Amino acid sequence: MRNPQLNENGELIHLLSLEGLSREIIHGILDRAEPFTAVAEREVKKVPLLRGKSVFNLFFENSTRTRTTFEIAAKRLSADVINLNINTSSAAKGESLLDTVDNLSAMQADMFVVRHASSGAPYLIAQHLAATQRDHIHVVNAGDGRHAHPTQGLLDMFTIRRYKKDFTKLAVAVVGDILHSRVARSQLHALATLGVPDIRLVGPKTLLPTAADRMIEGAPLRVCHDLTDGLRGVDVVMMLRLQNERMNGALLPSTQEYFKSYGLTPEKLALAKPDAIVMHPGPMNRGVEIDSAVADGKQAVILPQVTFGIAVRMAVMSMLAGGGVAQ
Amino acid sequence: MKIEIRNGRVVDPSSGLDKPASVHVAGSKIVGVGETAPRGFQPEAVLDATGCIVCPGLIDLSARLREPGFEYKATLESEMAAAAAGGITRLVCPPDTDPPLDEPGLVEMLKHRARQPGFAQVHPVGALTTKLEGKRLTEMAELAEAGCIAFGQASVSVVDTQVLLRAMQYAATFDFPVWLQAQDAHLTKGGVAHDGAVSARLGLAGIPVMAETVALATILQLAGATGARLHIRRLSSAAGLALIRAARAGGLAVTCDITINHLHLCDRDIGFFDAHARLDPPLRAPSDRDALAAGLADGSIDALISDHTPVDDDAKQTSFDEAEAGATGLELLLPLTLKWAAERQIPLAQALAKITSEPARILGLTTGCGCITPGAVADLCIFDPAAKFTVSRERLKSQGKNTPFLGKELQGEVRYTLTEGHLAYSADRLL
Repeated sequence: MRNPQLNENGELIHLLSLEGLSREIIHGILDRAEPFTAVAEREVKKVPLLRGKSVFNLFFENSTRTRTTFEIAAKRLSADVINLNINTSSAAKGESLLDTVDNLSAMQADMFVVRHASSGAPYLIAQHLAATQRDHIHVVNAGDGRHAHPTQGLLDMFTIRRYKKDFTKLAVAVVGDILHSRVARSQLHALATLGVPDIRLVGPKTLLPTAADRMIEGAPLRVCHDLTDGLRGVDVVMMLRLQNERMNGALLPSTQEYFKSYGLTPEKLALAKPDAIVMHPGPMNRGVEIDSAVADGKQAVILPQVTFGIAVRMAVMSMLAGGGVAQ
Repeated sequence: MKIEIRNGRVVDPSSGLDKPASVHVAGSKIVGVGETAPRGFQPEAVLDATGCIVCPGLIDLSARLREPGFEYKATLESEMAAAAAGGITRLVCPPDTDPPLDEPGLVEMLKHRARQPGFAQVHPVGALTTKLEGKRLTEMAELAEAGCIAFGQASVSVVDTQVLLRAMQYAATFDFPVWLQAQDAHLTKGGVAHDGAVSARLGLAGIPVMAETVALATILQLAGATGARLHIRRLSSAAGLALIRAARAGGLAVTCDITINHLHLCDRDIGFFDAHARLDPPLRAPSDRDALAAGLADGSIDALISDHTPVDDDAKQTSFDEAEAGATGLELLLPLTLKWAAERQIPLAQALAKITSEPARILGLTTGCGCITPGAVADLCIFDPAAKFTVSRERLKSQGKNTPFLGKELQGEVRYTLTEGHLAYSADRLL
């Protein structure tokens, strides 16, 4: 079965997941993002790569932050951006996902940036576009259910590459609610593909998939239930956000107890390498998964992640819809 | 009408008969099996079965006909045509219609609607509890009189174990069979795929094997304590099969079935969120599928079912987690049985037993049904075992066009189906 995000020549036509993307394609996107970090420093923060193109932000699930970063990225590429919060419009009226897509396609869209609460929804859209001979419209997954958040995964790889250079010598800990995290899944696929030899999944059993160590075939995944084990000697700590609805119930007794066992404090961080970096996809719950002293400390690269996020999204959008070479 | 079926190879799993022979049908009965016709037999029609197998009409222990209540998904007419095209002459329908089959009037209506020449015989399973809510027992004696052959809950679990105990006690009082799918409601809650490596990778909420084994352990204990005649539907896991074997070793008379989907597919077939693979119970790990295929061969699993569930396109063309579970199956039961037999080198008669004589035994239809002997009901399936075809929406007669086997090439094509001596289907022409 062909990966639906690649065409018959193995080129990227949609960005749905980091699974199945080669090391070359991932590095290609990161390379492409490098010069875009400079665009933000210019007086005129625009390049004309997507001039005349229409980017539709289809957000079936609310997210001001992610939608904004895509909007900024598209506008810096000179695209026209249309924002649609579908959960408050069509879906509430009972229109099906594919009907919405058909309607917007008829408005000459060039790209759909899709956020949806169901894992796999962007695949459904991409497959529908292919089946109806409209796969000139590109789909970018901006987060689907628990499945993937590929631009987040890419910006995280961009950040690691900035600070750590060689992926093949790193130890990386991913800490928190991996079971429900699309961010974690995208990170894990990218880390595995880029050759990271020591990937640790850290969290309580209630927040890890049953088959966590087997979720990516052949990847060096190791499950740690003890944060001390998980952090010892690592180069990168990737914290995950704990969603409010998971905090008190059958998954976890309380935020206090979670912080005690899995919160990243300066003492815990001291177990990692002295030059270890701390990442977080935001928004952070201070005092739940991360101590303010760490979040605001010198090892944190959380704000640079946000900046790089724009550049990486510009790279993805321009590669899919712009053709040509980065300026 | 007198019909002679000539030049075929007659395979009757119930008697072990497997030889070239003619089958002679008069009215609704088989009157002769052999090289020569019974004395004075003058056929009004001759069916040429050259190169074909003549076997008993298939008996499917689970096919949803969607009537009453879900006529937009399928109608009795469309699904009976599909059954005939699939060589099926007798089928069991689960009680999860709308309203559920919990009143004698509904069962009588269904039986009445289905009593037409050329239609498969329909055996409804009555609801074990009213509205399948798991709270109050149904009027089982009345329902049995109306035609229910067993009582069950379709895929709805009885959450209150005390109610389940009472229901099994009550059914056992009258020796009514109880057919249950083992699925713990709490452990299934919110899940859409087997809890394993694939669901972990795709971010799909998992249904653990424990959902089956925890419920099954309870059901088996209740069956032992109450003496209820128990049939387990839609078994999905190796661990579940082990529990069945252990219960049998302990002396419990329990039968079970698996679906054609679980016999051939596993969670990897979800691929890139293919909603066709959204099934209930979920497709399990490759090791589960292999254990089920072996269990069907060694007799631990008694029957193979189509688990026919017509689902309309709107309910499938959505994200995996929102898609309705189920697949069409009536027309795939025979070819997928043959595929299993070919892959595991199972003798043809032994394979066909899983869809003819074994289901007949589970239904208690041991004489004159599911067999090819003079005096038996003329329910017959005549198929070309070598003919290949590709599963396509156009080809499927069922109103349900969704199956994970779409686009797959299968072998074994039905040429003729006779239900009670009536030519219900012919591949040669439209009837």
